[in-house]
Amino acid sequence: MPKVTVNEERCRGCELCTTACPKHIIALSKRLNAAGYHPAEVAEQDKCLGCAMCAMMCPHVAITVEK
Amino acid sequence: MSVVFKKPDALCDVTMHYCPGCTHGIVHRLVAEVIDELGICGKTVGVAPVGCAVFAYNYFECDMIEAAHGRAPAVATGVKRANPANVVFTYQGDGDLAAIGTAETVHAATRGENITVIFINNTIYGMTSGQMAPTSLPGQVTTTSPYGRDPKLAGYPIRVCEMLATLSGTAYCERVSVDCVKNVIQAKKAIKKAFENQIAGKGFSLVEVLSTCPSNWGLTPIEALERLRRDMIPYYPLGVYCDRDAFAEVEAK
Amino acid sequence: MSDKILMKGNEALAEAAIRAGCRCFFGYPITPQTQLPEYMAKKMPKIGGTFLQSESEIAAINMVLGASAAGVRAMTSSSSPGISLKAEGISYLAGSDLPAVIVNIQRGGPGLGGIQPSQADYWQATRGLAHGDFRVLSLAPAGIQEAVDLMGTAFDLADKYRMPVMILGDGIIGQMMEPVRLPDPVTELPEKPWAAKGTRGARKHNILNSLYIQPEELERVVRERYERYAEVEKNEVRVETWLAEDADIIVTAYGSTARICRNAIRAARADGIKVGMVRPITLWPFPSAAYAEAAAHAKGFLDVEMSMGQMIDDVRLAIGCSRPVRFFGRTGGVVPTPAEIRAEIDALCKEVL
Repeated sequence: MPKVTVNEERCRGCELCTTACPKHIIALSKRLNAAGYHPAEVAEQDKCLGCAMCAMMCPHVAITVEK
Repeated sequence: MSVVFKKPDALCDVTMHYCPGCTHGIVHRLVAEVIDELGICGKTVGVAPVGCAVFAYNYFECDMIEAAHGRAPAVATGVKRANPANVVFTYQGDGDLAAIGTAETVHAATRGENITVIFINNTIYGMTSGQMAPTSLPGQVTTTSPYGRDPKLAGYPIRVCEMLATLSGTAYCERVSVDCVKNVIQAKKAIKKAFENQIAGKGFSLVEVLSTCPSNWGLTPIEALERLRRDMIPYYPLGVYCDRDAFAEVEAK
Repeated sequence: MSDKILMKGNEALAEAAIRAGCRCFFGYPITPQTQLPEYMAKKMPKIGGTFLQSESEIAAINMVLGASAAGVRAMTSSSSPGISLKAEGISYLAGSDLPAVIVNIQRGGPGLGGIQPSQADYWQATRGLAHGDFRVLSLAPAGIQEAVDLMGTAFDLADKYRMPVMILGDGIIGQMMEPVRLPDPVTELPEKPWAAKGTRGARKHNILNSLYIQPEELERVVRERYERYAEVEKNEVRVETWLAEDADIIVTAYGSTARICRNAIRAARADGIKVGMVRPITLWPFPSAAYAEAAAHAKGFLDVEMSMGQMIDDVRLAIGCSRPVRFFGRTGGVVPTPAEIRAEIDALCKEVL
């Protein structure tokens, strides 16, 4: 199963990843990181295609994708 | 499991200072990915601008020089002429490249200076908090065009790719966008070509990247991408404006 | 060392720079220094160096910055209005701790001024060059041989202290011809581990930068740089004193004006007046000690410049205003005559003897 890992401290909560995900499974969490942003998280990892489109749109290079 | 996407090695492992949703980070990553793919990090020298990308010298693993406002193409010229085996790129915003540094840009291009220029066009001065840029659109409200840019008072925006394509020294210029995955992939292709051209000695290569500035546009990051698509792309059409070996004719003679 | 050959100042400076290891020259035409880039245009392609005529003085100095950052000995030359344009880049060179040699063959100012010899850029060369806390090491040759010799010194000092060095000449130095002995080309250049010429994967990246957002950090960097400037002040003062040991009157001038003063001093000595000379070769660091020494016995100073009086500030500071300092200057491109200076010596004698 593909795996998306968000570096939560690097994430700025801009939501650009959410515009890219074909499965609409990445969204901002309710948590806050140290910088005060809600980091992105993948809610339903089992639906992930491992396409890395979320990572391609991430301006802070906070996403790693494994497949 | 194998890693299908991670931070490129040529990008330093640090948190960049850019505002949430600012697309500078995407373009930094693309440049770093290209440097990795071409295996040139050890011989690349980057020249950072003045503007939002001023700290780019902290973000790339290659040697970096911080230039004065607008002077990056001149600095890059000095580096490239001193050590032609180096791969030299500049990373510049619209104020840097198309206002205060217009002369340096145009003359580096017309000399066919064998460098790669990454040009970020977000139609605004970001670092100084939202003043009118040479690329601000007619009617665009900024802190120094508070009633909207009036071409009768403030002139028209500069279309850099179109202008530079008229110069014989320009080998390659393409305008790309980073508003969606498809365009990001195309942007990377263009950046890669701009580096490959330099390695092949073809002359001056520039990639203009339409980018966003959510903070100073007063929009959310997602709204900013929409503005880029709705307002910027029609005024600044995407595509290749010039693609040739600037010195092919001279060499043929 | 070559045999003596007859060379024009601008061309001799260019040849000396090449022999000092300069391999990148960037410049823009301006009278009265244009023969320097012209010489470089002829010579550089033959030796694998770079000559590039830039689109502006601003571009030229920034190309110098790039080449210098890349670890190569680089220079530019210009004349007064062009140096004003280079000011920005010189500040960035200083702020990035980069070596470079800048030649200013001065002409009259302000503005477009004139094209005849002048020394009205003394303040610019020694203090007001551009924004920020920084120094430029300024060398003022009084003849073509000295200009040639100082060119090698300029590159060495620029590398040693990682700072911009200016050779401050004037239209006379640039245009006149004299026999010179050229030095042998340098064969070894200093290592520059700080240079941006690619990490080769063997080290962390080098960053050449003048930006420090944290004020404390910028203050620290500037203070460290000033510690280096203190070393320059301690080690690099160059001055010529001539007939000064017993002198009642000290004539002081730099560059080509000092040559004219020499004739006036000889004439005055022949008439029994004890006149000597202090001639700064480094304008910064200023040879203050030589003036203080002369002030111990001299009764008055005559400062002669091709300006309305700029170096005179440093002369007065050097002697703590302990003696009268008379000024004689011609400006706008007018060169003072030995007779005029002789008359000023007589007038000063009446004042102080």
